[in-house]
Amino acid sequence: MMPRLRNAPPRYWLVLIAVVFFLGFPTVISSFQSSLWAQALILAIAVMGLNILVGYSGQLSLGHGAFMALGAYTSAILAHRYKMDYLLTIPIAALFTGLVGFLFGFPALRLSPLYLALATFALAVVTPSLIKRPQGLTGGVQGIILIQPDPPPFASDLFAAVTGTAMTSDQWIYYVSLFCALLLFWVAWNLVRHRPGRAMRALRDGEVAAAAYGVNIAGFKTLAFGISAFYAGIAGSLFGLATGFVSPDTFPVSLSIQLLVGAVVGGLASIPGPLLGAIFAYFLPIEANQWVPSQSWIPDQVASTVKNAGPAVSYGVLLILIMIFAPNGIVGLIRAGYDWLYRRLRGAPDRETGQLPPDPQTV
Amino acid sequence: MQEFFQQVVSGIAIGGIFASLALALVLIYNAMGLVNFAQGEMAMFATFVAYALINRGMSYWIAFPITLVLAFGGGILIQRLVIKPVERAPVLTLVIITLGLATLVNGFAGFIFGYVPRSFPSPFSADSADLFGVFISYRDMGVIAVSGLVLLGVYLLLQRTTVGLTMRAAAHHPEASRLLGVQVSWMLALGWGLASAVGAVSGIMVAPILLLEPNMMQSIIIYAFAAAVLGGIESPLGAVIGGLIVGVTVNLAGAYLPGVGGDLQLAVGLAIIIAVLIARPNGLFGRAAIRRV
Repeated sequence: MMPRLRNAPPRYWLVLIAVVFFLGFPTVISSFQSSLWAQALILAIAVMGLNILVGYSGQLSLGHGAFMALGAYTSAILAHRYKMDYLLTIPIAALFTGLVGFLFGFPALRLSPLYLALATFALAVVTPSLIKRPQGLTGGVQGIILIQPDPPPFASDLFAAVTGTAMTSDQWIYYVSLFCALLLFWVAWNLVRHRPGRAMRALRDGEVAAAAYGVNIAGFKTLAFGISAFYAGIAGSLFGLATGFVSPDTFPVSLSIQLLVGAVVGGLASIPGPLLGAIFAYFLPIEANQWVPSQSWIPDQVASTVKNAGPAVSYGVLLILIMIFAPNGIVGLIRAGYDWLYRRLRGAPDRETGQLPPDPQTV
Repeated sequence: MQEFFQQVVSGIAIGGIFASLALALVLIYNAMGLVNFAQGEMAMFATFVAYALINRGMSYWIAFPITLVLAFGGGILIQRLVIKPVERAPVLTLVIITLGLATLVNGFAGFIFGYVPRSFPSPFSADSADLFGVFISYRDMGVIAVSGLVLLGVYLLLQRTTVGLTMRAAAHHPEASRLLGVQVSWMLALGWGLASAVGAVSGIMVAPILLLEPNMMQSIIIYAFAAAVLGGIESPLGAVIGGLIVGVTVNLAGAYLPGVGGDLQLAVGLAIIIAVLIARPNGLFGRAAIRRV
């Protein structure tokens, strides 16, 4: 045990620190803040799904907001109309969305990445109006209001023992989201460093060569689409739970853009990337909302405009700058910084045993 | 029957608008194998520029060409600043960059002009003329005429002038053109400028029908995608015919299909895109892609 611990690469320690941090976080922040962080974690799940598709298998989807909508509405309808326990609807919504994504992957097979981007973008634009139509089922423009569940006794007792205050449903939802996020990130990590992940990266980097090596191109492309939609479905379902309602306006095109920003900013084809990217993409507009009115030098007349336009402008600038100057996002920058520091501290590029750890995140 | 023909004519008018934007997409696709997701937003911004000029008291027919020139310059500027550094990057990178550009331009327009919808003037009267029993509004006729002129102009430029020949050469055979002394990179910039100007026409034409606001082109770009895909994304003529077909189809579907109306017309655009991509990915006029491995 001890030598394994001592030789563990720094990333294992980082994972441990991150898990402890996220577990303890709601005990020091307000219930409202926990609700925001829950949504950031939920967004991270969807971004991870997108990352599996875009980063690892090289297919571009601009319509993952639509898959989130599908997951959210599946859960909402099951919970609202058929009175199911909301937590039980999450896996159902995930499987259903995954299946739809898998089926969507079939026509996508024949398409170049460019056409796929076109079709999914159109899907994202059309989704809100498609949702509005079957009013009896989806509640039309008003959407569906969901009842947030109370925390179960064991969680609430544990939380009370640590903080001395009762657990709110927002805090419970945070822990549910955190549990899902940890599980799904762990699954993704295992996926990408084993056979499916290698196959996806192979077909991303050279479809013909991959086929020549016996990779089932069609199978893995549709699989990537299915898995990615599965993630988006869970995220959508949790998102409905965290916000307490679903409506067509919860899933605008800008949500799909936000997901893409998260994936690109965090770092494509990396495991920690989606988490960092999603936190960034989620909190940027919220912080802008709070920061702008507090600035006295911004005239009142334009403050609301700045609030609305600011996030879009900064998303756009970031997408462009990162794709041009740092295609591997925050994670790429951190890794480059770490390597630089490592070389400076240890002199020559020192790999000790000359043996590289099996790096799942090599792009 | 009369109503049917009226729907067809107004479909052709709106189709001409789609065709202009689709042509802009095709111009850039031909130049660098890229679908420019920012095309609609660039057109929207140009329309705001036209609006600002007209608001300052400039007459419509002076503001119109000035806007096109500015859009042309803007397109070149964008290509030089944003696209040129990544000219050789994978398509994925380029698409994400144009998407970033779309978000940026959209936010920037909101920043400068705000999100309050504004009515945009039309130079044509709202009256209708009786043509063999079919009432056609002067607006529709004007839109058809302007779109037609622009498309004709682009055709003449590309097919009948040296610059057009050079641009096509640079797009199809960059290496050979470079050896013959063509400045390929600048030809790509010209392509972006031209596309930006052609797109601007669609924005200015559609603004009196919709209201002018930063998200105005969001639905139009979907129809333009449908038109370009239907026409086989690399064919300018295909884009024009695709635009007209999409315009008429969407209009007729809105009028006659029960349940399709208002915002669900957009779903018709999506249906066209998906149907074409599944049934005939090369569109009506595209050639089957032959890839060298």
